[in-house]
Amino acid sequence: MKGMTIIVKTISSWVKVLIFLFGIYIILFGHLTPGGGFAGGVILASSYVLLMLAFGREFAEENLPLALTSKLDCLGAFSFALIAILGLVFGGTFFVNFLYQKYLPGEALALVSAGTIPLSNIAIGVKVGASLFLVILSLSICCKGKECRFD
Amino acid sequence: MAIFYILLLFMLIAAIIAVETKDLLSSVICVGAIGFGGSLMFLFLRAPDIAITQIVVEVLGLIILIRATISRDLTFITGEREFFGTVVSVAIMLAIFLFGISVFETLPRFGTPAFAKAPAGSPMKTYLTEEQDPNRVTSTYTAMGLRETGAANIVASVILDFRAYDTLGEATVLFTSILGATVILRRKSRKLLEEPDE
Amino acid sequence: MPYAFCFLLFVIGLYCAVVKKNMVKIVIGIMVMEYAVNLFLIMLGYRFGGVAPVVDREFLDAETQQVTAGFLNSAVDPLPQALVLTAIVISLGSLALMISICIRTYGKYGTFDITEIRRLKG
Repeated sequence: MKGMTIIVKTISSWVKVLIFLFGIYIILFGHLTPGGGFAGGVILASSYVLLMLAFGREFAEENLPLALTSKLDCLGAFSFALIAILGLVFGGTFFVNFLYQKYLPGEALALVSAGTIPLSNIAIGVKVGASLFLVILSLSICCKGKECRFD
Repeated sequence: MAIFYILLLFMLIAAIIAVETKDLLSSVICVGAIGFGGSLMFLFLRAPDIAITQIVVEVLGLIILIRATISRDLTFITGEREFFGTVVSVAIMLAIFLFGISVFETLPRFGTPAFAKAPAGSPMKTYLTEEQDPNRVTSTYTAMGLRETGAANIVASVILDFRAYDTLGEATVLFTSILGATVILRRKSRKLLEEPDE
Repeated sequence: MPYAFCFLLFVIGLYCAVVKKNMVKIVIGIMVMEYAVNLFLIMLGYRFGGVAPVVDREFLDAETQQVTAGFLNSAVDPLPQALVLTAIVISLGSLALMISICIRTYGKYGTFDITEIRRLKG
């Protein structure tokens, strides 16, 4: 009931950091290399899902509580809409890339470039990762009883 | 070219096994095989963004599907199927397939991008002027993507700058579906279900 | 010809969603249809000998900081890729919704068979 064997626990406690870092890399370099907010967000969620499968649901819930997860979900969606509204305020049009056009042109193929696209990538990544971890957590919480042997 | 046929045959065989097997668990595993075959296919079709997304989404979807099947008492499907209904459905599916094949004759051939270049004899060329040529959209994205947005990944520049409304709608749909799943799976509704019906 | 294989995959998924009586099998049929449609849209944008729509150092003109003409002539179509990228993530969300409905139905009726569920309702 309390997670898997010691081998799985040891390996997954090493690997989960690497998976999390890889997700952050995919999100941050989403405007230069293949990847982006969607893929990186799912990778972030899957690192926590690995934690949940290896150590049991209670351990994962202590690391990232359910209330915090739903708040992160709302935060990601809200900040993505906020970037769009900032475009309306500063650039004159909804969803305009005001940072690139006016304030921060940047150099091509540099990390700090492309204006609002990396910010939108971060918002999308947080939103997708939090919501997918939330749904898997609630799938494992549901139906405590004889038929629930998920964790 | 041969790699596409090999992967498509692999996906077709996996789909047939997934549909026809009696064991729900092996059916779910075969769905995973279809997904990973599709991911390799996206990689050979020069779509690395889609390949990365598909392979991680496939892992999480497999976990969700196994969650639905593995903890049940029996995963085998029992009971015989109705012979007449199955024959009629197979006939209807075959008719849909044959009519669909004739539709594919009008598409441009595989390997010549459909959105990027309208074929010479197509009605698009005769009705549209050069300004409204359908290849304007894609060639504009490819040529102007780096200059207008500064993003080297053209797909990222399309989904987050040129067509950001699409992404906003996607975020709304994802939010709503996750909200629906969370509400359905609430712990409290377990208690409500055990109350006697009126 | 690959389009026909792809459409055959779609028809298999449609058959599974229409004929089968198990709820998980219906969900699987819907997923197979999603794979087929995504694959078809990506196939429409492929061109022989194409490169991925990501600007690399070798496709960047050093003086003008613009893409070269070789990239324009060899890149595959980025538009269907952008559309499919969102569709894949949405399919995961809808899969979670369908599976949660299945689990709730199993908790109430004790079966996945839709004809049984209809009969038990009375």
